[in-house]
Amino acid sequence: MPRLIDSRYTPLIAVALIALLLPLIFPSPYYYRIGALVFIFALAVIGLNLLMGFAGQVSLGHAGFLGIGAYAVAVGPTHLGLPSWFCIFAGAGASALVAYAVGQPILRLKGHYLAVATLGFGIVISIVLTNEAGWTGGPDGMSVQRLVLFGWPMHGSKIWYWIGAGTLLVGVALALNLIDSPSGRALQAIHDSEVAAQVLGVRVARKKLSVFVISAVYASVAGSYLALLNGHVTPDLAGFMRSIELVAMVVLGGMGSVFGSLVGAAVLVVLPQALTSFHDYEHMMLGLIVMGFMILLRRGIVPALGAALTGRAL
Amino acid sequence: MRRIHQLVAAAGIGLLALTGAGQEATAQVKVGAVLSVTGPASFLGDPEKKTLEMYVDAINAKGGVNGQKVQLVIYDDGGDANAARTFATRLVEEDKVVAMVGGTTTGATLAMIPVFEEAQIPFISLAGAIQIIQPVRKWVFKTPHTDKMACEKIFADLKARKMTTIAMISGTDAFGKSMRDQCVGVAPSSGITIAHEETYGPRDSDMTPQLTNIRNKAGVQAVVNPGFGQGPAIVTRNYRQLGITVPLYQSHGVASKQFIDLAGPAAEGVRLPAAALLVADKLPDSDRQKKVVVDYSRIYREKTGQQVSTFGGHAYDGLMILVEAMQRAKSADKVKVRDEIEKTKGYVGTGGIVTMSPTDHMGLDLSAFRMLEIKKGDWTLLN
Amino acid sequence: MAEFLQFLFSGLTVGAVYALVALGFTLIYNASGIINFAQGEFVMLGGMTTVFLALVGVPLPLAAVVAVLAAVAVGLLLHRFAIEPARGADTVSLIMITIGASIFLRGAAQVVFDKRFHSLPHLFGTDPLRIGGAAILPQSLVVLAGATVIVVLLWIFIDRTLFGKAVIATAANRLAARLVGINTGHMIGFSFAISAAIGALAGILVTPITLTSYDVGTLLALKGFAAAMLGGMGYALGAVVGGLLLGLLEAFSAGYLSSKYKDVVAFLVILAVFFVMPQGLLGRAKVERV
Repeated sequence: MPRLIDSRYTPLIAVALIALLLPLIFPSPYYYRIGALVFIFALAVIGLNLLMGFAGQVSLGHAGFLGIGAYAVAVGPTHLGLPSWFCIFAGAGASALVAYAVGQPILRLKGHYLAVATLGFGIVISIVLTNEAGWTGGPDGMSVQRLVLFGWPMHGSKIWYWIGAGTLLVGVALALNLIDSPSGRALQAIHDSEVAAQVLGVRVARKKLSVFVISAVYASVAGSYLALLNGHVTPDLAGFMRSIELVAMVVLGGMGSVFGSLVGAAVLVVLPQALTSFHDYEHMMLGLIVMGFMILLRRGIVPALGAALTGRAL
Repeated sequence: MRRIHQLVAAAGIGLLALTGAGQEATAQVKVGAVLSVTGPASFLGDPEKKTLEMYVDAINAKGGVNGQKVQLVIYDDGGDANAARTFATRLVEEDKVVAMVGGTTTGATLAMIPVFEEAQIPFISLAGAIQIIQPVRKWVFKTPHTDKMACEKIFADLKARKMTTIAMISGTDAFGKSMRDQCVGVAPSSGITIAHEETYGPRDSDMTPQLTNIRNKAGVQAVVNPGFGQGPAIVTRNYRQLGITVPLYQSHGVASKQFIDLAGPAAEGVRLPAAALLVADKLPDSDRQKKVVVDYSRIYREKTGQQVSTFGGHAYDGLMILVEAMQRAKSADKVKVRDEIEKTKGYVGTGGIVTMSPTDHMGLDLSAFRMLEIKKGDWTLLN
Repeated sequence: MAEFLQFLFSGLTVGAVYALVALGFTLIYNASGIINFAQGEFVMLGGMTTVFLALVGVPLPLAAVVAVLAAVAVGLLLHRFAIEPARGADTVSLIMITIGASIFLRGAAQVVFDKRFHSLPHLFGTDPLRIGGAAILPQSLVVLAGATVIVVLLWIFIDRTLFGKAVIATAANRLAARLVGINTGHMIGFSFAISAAIGALAGILVTPITLTSYDVGTLLALKGFAAAMLGGMGYALGAVVGGLLLGLLEAFSAGYLSSKYKDVVAFLVILAVFFVMPQGLLGRAKVERV
């Protein structure tokens, strides 16, 4: 059994199976929406996990890229007359450019200083989205035109469940490939010790920058999908709390675990739905559960459970 | 490997079962509400939630609507439009509500509209912006006055005082931003010139730099502050701290007497447009709204121990318009209820007297707003 | 000139608030390396507890003392039941626990207190002092004085007492500290208690200016964190310098540039500072342990 878990493509197969089997127990389109949200957030979380779990760099402003992607598919078709599918790519390209430009100076910072810098970046994006109302509709947001592919409108939770699942599979596959490549090993080395990696000849700055750009693209695509799924987008998508939520998904699921990203996203998307029956005590429960997970499964759900199941020490 | 999958599947099913638990259908009328009970708009959503719960209990105690009990399903979107959309889907697909009262913020309302339009379920929003009902959407209504009306009311009062040049300081939150845009829009046709504009963030604690710039601007005859929450109280305090002497106008975002407590003596002389609810006990007995607003204020104070807020009043109006429509329709049929909501005529509510039509899904006119001035720590009616 | 002074006063007022919050981050960070994201909730607890005790008729000074003690109790409980059991987890996991704690405390506050805004009376009234055509509230000076006193006390405590040195030793090397006989668990618990007290005191002092509500902590924590990092994390004086600077940046950009983009300007300046001084203004470079 340990061999199976270590196998490269296990997370890929697991994600595919989950996406295929879940609809069998879905009683209504509402569940498809939850599923779609889980997959879309998981996509952003995998990107952030590459940055945090593998390269060891924290970003407290990743929702900024979510915002760029979301507003690309909102602003492009409405103000510039561009097709929505093109705007998904344009948003990803813009996010990559922004990440490249911002990452050059920011990634030189370490630890909590990097955290503040990324936090500032995220806040700048969300303030711009809030203030430039002529383009973005301001705090009330703007409506998003439907995605039309080959003459078919992509509309409804079910369609987005499958689009989300498909894209997530691609995202997982790319991430697994990256991790298993020499670049991935270099990133691991940076995570363990930047100085040691540098000594070993890893071009630390370049590697960090490239993974930052990749993670920005993941988040941007997720943002575009969210906007297209909802048909309306508001600046709180890019807010500070959303960035914290993304980080929480990474850490809860397990830093450095691709499958953990899906689990982390699932927990934090489903929990608020499950906790509504607690009414006023909803937030207390959410706080307690987050604390409980981190105390009991401190390496994150998937790595901790994986270790327990294979009998390895925690 | 299999064990992991079993675990994941079991956890997934458990969570899904939890979300679906306790929602068996009964012979009740299900009314949904998605409100910003927490988050940056909790100032609005909290009184709305309390009001809905209070009055649904009262309606059920009297035997319900058309002999059926009303079951209220409330979800908290935390001020997040994405969450609002998810809960809207849940209300439609899972809870199978027949009508919806709620949508605290404009952003959440706009995000939810497609869900209810598609499901053809009447949706009475509690948010302010005019985009909700313009263009008219078949299934969407709203109870609060629009920001545009507040601007017009303020501008009319300025004209009466022979003031035409103003400065504006607004919050960058949804409420402040939306009202600011409406005021800028109607200023030219009202004969008002906005000579200078400043903004502040939703949680800012000092606005003296912005107000200093306004003070230094020559020719400003009055200052208007569109905003809600703690912002207007701090603006008012800073205004007096700087010793600015031209009149200060607040907006209908100042929704409760708590504003006077927070702003203290600085609130003296501030004017604002507000619903009759704020001055319930000062209305003349001849006022048609007197009974409704006095009763609502009293009951809200008794049940919650807090001062009444006009935002709670919007929820009261939404619920009552819905209930009366159901009574007239003699059923909870969505199509009939929608038609009856649209036929609402002369409904006397906390926000004003509502007469809807196929082209007007709000049904309020400028008379719904009263102009108030704060004197000796209390509201006084101007006119 | 008058407006320059007014912007200065505004910046000092807001900056003093940030400085007090930033100070709270310092001690826990020094003892454990944790950024305690529940620090803003200590500020909220201080303000809200005082407000609600005052509402039921408790005299203000007594209410303030009880509020500080309540926050200390919460800080100790947080350490005992959330941080201590996770001993040995990485810093990110510990920070995540403090985020969970912050969600929990905010959730509890909305149940125990309410969701409205509240204020406290100013210590020396609301008549502003007029200096050179500008006006400053006496309460702003109280907050500034409070920050000064706390910095001095912290400095004396850390630099001049054995206990303080034990806290620093715990931060520097947990194992070595334990080997020389320091109870490191107690040290971290103690740092939570003191930080909670500083936070609650900050909440009480700033509430007359900023107003308070159950969710006031999030933004204060964010700004306080940024201020602490700007000054150099772990330095009490740095926290104050960072806080005041952040407040001044916001005020001057709101006054001279654009009130819409004042926060953007402030963050750009912070970034600029980091590029020149990657450890913050007063921070000293640390060598990475391999």
